[in-house]
Amino acid sequence: MARRLLIDPVSRIEGHAKVTIELDDDGTVRDARFHVTEFRGFEKLCEGRPFEEMPGLMARVCGICPVSHILASSKAGDQLLGVDVPPAAVAQRRLANYAQLLQSHALSFFHLSGPDLLLGFDADPATRHIFGLAATEPDFARRGIRLRQFGQRLIELLGGRRVHPPWSAPGGVNQPFSAAARDEARGWLPEAYQTLELARSRFRPLLDGFREEVDHLGDFPSLFLGTVSADGELEYYDGDIRIVDGEGNVVADGLSPQRYATYLGEASESWTFIKNPFYKPMGYPSGMYRVGPLARLNVAATAGTPRADRELRELRHHAGDAAGTVCASFHYHWARLIEMVHAVERIEELLDDAVLLGTTIRAKAMLNHREGIGVSEAPRGTLFHHYRVDENGCIVTANLLIATAQNNLAMNQAVKQTAQRFVRGHTPAEGMLNRVEHAIRCYDPCLSCSTHALGQMPLVLELRDRQGGLLERIARD
Amino acid sequence: MSEAPSREAPGREAPMATVWLGGCSGCHMSFMDLDERLLALAERVELGASPLSDFKDFPPADITLVEGAVANEDNLEVLRRVRARSKVLIAFGDCAVTGNVTAMRNLFAVEDVLDRAYRQSATVIAGLPLGGDGVVPRLLPRVRPIHEVVQVDHFLQGCPPDADRIFDLVLALLEGRTPEIARRFG
Ligand code: SF4
Repeated sequence: MARRLLIDPVSRIEGHAKVTIELDDDGTVRDARFHVTEFRGFEKLCEGRPFEEMPGLMARVCGICPVSHILASSKAGDQLLGVDVPPAAVAQRRLANYAQLLQSHALSFFHLSGPDLLLGFDADPATRHIFGLAATEPDFARRGIRLRQFGQRLIELLGGRRVHPPWSAPGGVNQPFSAAARDEARGWLPEAYQTLELARSRFRPLLDGFREEVDHLGDFPSLFLGTVSADGELEYYDGDIRIVDGEGNVVADGLSPQRYATYLGEASESWTFIKNPFYKPMGYPSGMYRVGPLARLNVAATAGTPRADRELRELRHHAGDAAGTVCASFHYHWARLIEMVHAVERIEELLDDAVLLGTTIRAKAMLNHREGIGVSEAPRGTLFHHYRVDENGCIVTANLLIATAQNNLAMNQAVKQTAQRFVRGHTPAEGMLNRVEHAIRCYDPCLSCSTHALGQMPLVLELRDRQGGLLERIARD
Repeated sequence: MSEAPSREAPGREAPMATVWLGGCSGCHMSFMDLDERLLALAERVELGASPLSDFKDFPPADITLVEGAVANEDNLEVLRRVRARSKVLIAFGDCAVTGNVTAMRNLFAVEDVLDRAYRQSATVIAGLPLGGDGVVPRLLPRVRPIHEVVQVDHFLQGCPPDADRIFDLVLALLEGRTPEIARRFG
């Protein structure tokens, strides 16, 4: 009889999820799904609250990337005020964003996925975690912990605390950055470069042993979406959106993030609390696209910093197609390593820039606009905060399009591909199921984030059955 | 990894577990902010069930930190099981202690919260995650702090509690001292 396997909970990821695997009588995998099982409803609970409160409240969407939410929220607030943010505040925000990228990627690479990569997918699950890694590879684990610490410490130097810093706000930030803090941050740089070099030299040879995983833990073409600078370089704070396909062809370029609702839609499903964003011109679910480290590297022409560009060329040469586009989900790990190198290079640049120490850090104004959209590249991909307020500045609707959700269609495809390749029989070995979970870890999903999201107020609702057939269509004006 | 797991190595104490219910993981991140003190801790105590490890069930633990409020049926079931298998259970952070941000949805009916998220703000509705299918849990009508559901031994406030206070508490418990937990407001 056909059977359903349940992985509950999916572990070593950031959030609550389960996987179901449908098996045929002969034990082959028919289908597999990734279910996100948490929901807190931020979209509703912020209604009626003043927009100035949003950075502090929205930080609580996620303790792993609070800085990303604080930034997107502050940027939406900048628009409600209608002000230009002072350069020193922009420099601080950019610095915090790179620090966030660094600590979050370090957590994913060393603490969460590192045990699979270094101890092996079939290692004893009782010790297949960061402390087990510390027992066998103490130097590697300690360095990973300290790399994350550098990112967190830099956030603390800027914002006064590591998690949920009350620091950036509509109009700017609330404290100048001191020369002493800058000097302390500089002191971490040599070790950070060294650790990343070590991680690279440890990781690269492992790839030969992971050929099966590289090819089957979610290797498929899709669209990739990310922000780029005017020169086509990696960009995390400003810039326009570019979309490429699985062969590197530019599908759309110069898209204003402000107009996201015209080209991105979201679909609700009964079997998961995560919504499924899609590229509207291609419909649901064909408009599947990916965001985050690998997507950013696929859409950018260059990184724009020397060390990261060297590594990016390596990645494209070894893992890319003719155009250099990389489709294997497993290479999100490598992409994360490259982004960490890039983040440290950008941190160094920002620390060397005198603008950072400027003391004009906040532009003040009354409420001038009723709608604001703030966008930034979070560790897991492009993050949108969209607020509408009433005449008193209280939230009428708050829409969040969250990075992780935008990878949901791809994560489901990766889970299915991995299960079909590795899972056999009604009682599969633990290591087989761990590979299915690892397909999810490649994306480093942040599920507390992803289920507080909401898309734009839609103009047209379509109710579809499982095959995608249209059941009902409701238009609003 | 052919040797036996080192859980019985001398000097090790009984397992410590961490649980994540309806929260943002910020409390867990603050735990990670112990940085190198994590390694010192790992030498003294075995890590049991946790978002950082791969136990699918919940092996008995001496010390369990519970982050987050009770927001859905899964949280309720997990919390009861965790209580039954933990010697000392700590409400870890404001969501666990008071409900905090997670409980802010209590101002609204649960149907309205779901409607806002999955009907009003979707472009395509292929289904609604109302739960009860054995996989996606049903949301509870009211989010509750954990002490309303199980007995709690210690309350560690903060959103999140800072790493120093987490370390002091865990160390005191490992050393068999009665922890002195500084209260904080806001
Ligand atoms: S107490 Fe604060 S940091 Fe901890 S889970 Fe709740 S919102 Fe997050």
